[in-house]
Amino acid sequence: MSLPVGVLRFPGTNCDRDVFEALASQGARVEWLWHADRFDPKGYRALVLPGGFSYGDYLRSGALAARSPVMESAREAAVRGVPVLGICNGFQILCEAGLLPGVLIRNQGLRFIDDWMELNLVNSQPHFGRRMTAGIRTRLPIAHADGRYYIEEDGLKRLQDRGQIWWTFAKNPNGAVADIAGVMNEARNIAALMPHPERAMYEWMGGTDGAAFFDL
Amino acid sequence: MKIGVKVMPRKEVLDTQGRAVESTLRQAGRKLNACMVGRYVILDLPEIEKTAALAKAKEMAETVLHNPLIETFELEAL
Repeated sequence: MSLPVGVLRFPGTNCDRDVFEALASQGARVEWLWHADRFDPKGYRALVLPGGFSYGDYLRSGALAARSPVMESAREAAVRGVPVLGICNGFQILCEAGLLPGVLIRNQGLRFIDDWMELNLVNSQPHFGRRMTAGIRTRLPIAHADGRYYIEEDGLKRLQDRGQIWWTFAKNPNGAVADIAGVMNEARNIAALMPHPERAMYEWMGGTDGAAFFDL
Repeated sequence: MKIGVKVMPRKEVLDTQGRAVESTLRQAGRKLNACMVGRYVILDLPEIEKTAALAKAKEMAETVLHNPLIETFELEAL
């Protein structure tokens, strides 16, 4: 039997059930991983950090979750090459943990934005949405207040040179540097995006483009 | 001993909270050049000696209390 996919849960995570169902619908066996527990880093074929407001966004979005016990095991797994996906707050946590470059800060317009966005795939991802090729467009919803990707100029150049930009917004909603909606680490096993693919699984949700992200 | 940690947004990063407070103050007729909003953290540490307490607070500020990409911090013994 293949290894399960682990879904991390922090106090305040609220997209965990959606992500669980999205993965299960694509045939994955899914297990919960609780924030206060360590786990066997060899025990999972992939890890997903869902969206929400972990630890109430206290201090900085994702900052406290990034330093919780479960993330120590997630870091060990990531170093071993286990694929890790962060969605929205999961993206913020991975940045705060130093597993992805940059940081997510308050939207330029200061408002929480809840809308559907057109996205461009800049560099393909070997694990999450692996069948999608660079240059395609997809349509996913966003729902965030701290979604503005920020990185200093040198860091941006490194991302561009090394092909680490995953998705960009066709129309920038939040002031993100270089329209960035998602990035990867250099080894490409850690990837994250602000939009919510788990909220675009069926026509009744408003779109089906998200399903491809969970076909591992 | 207690150590205060002042965390402020870097100048090159848009200080969204400061901008919002500034515009509210302006709308209420107050004249001001600028307003920046940061965070103040007070650490009550078991260390009695100032140098040791500051060193410990510095480590906490560097690893948890501030994000060097967007913020700077200053320490003071209270």
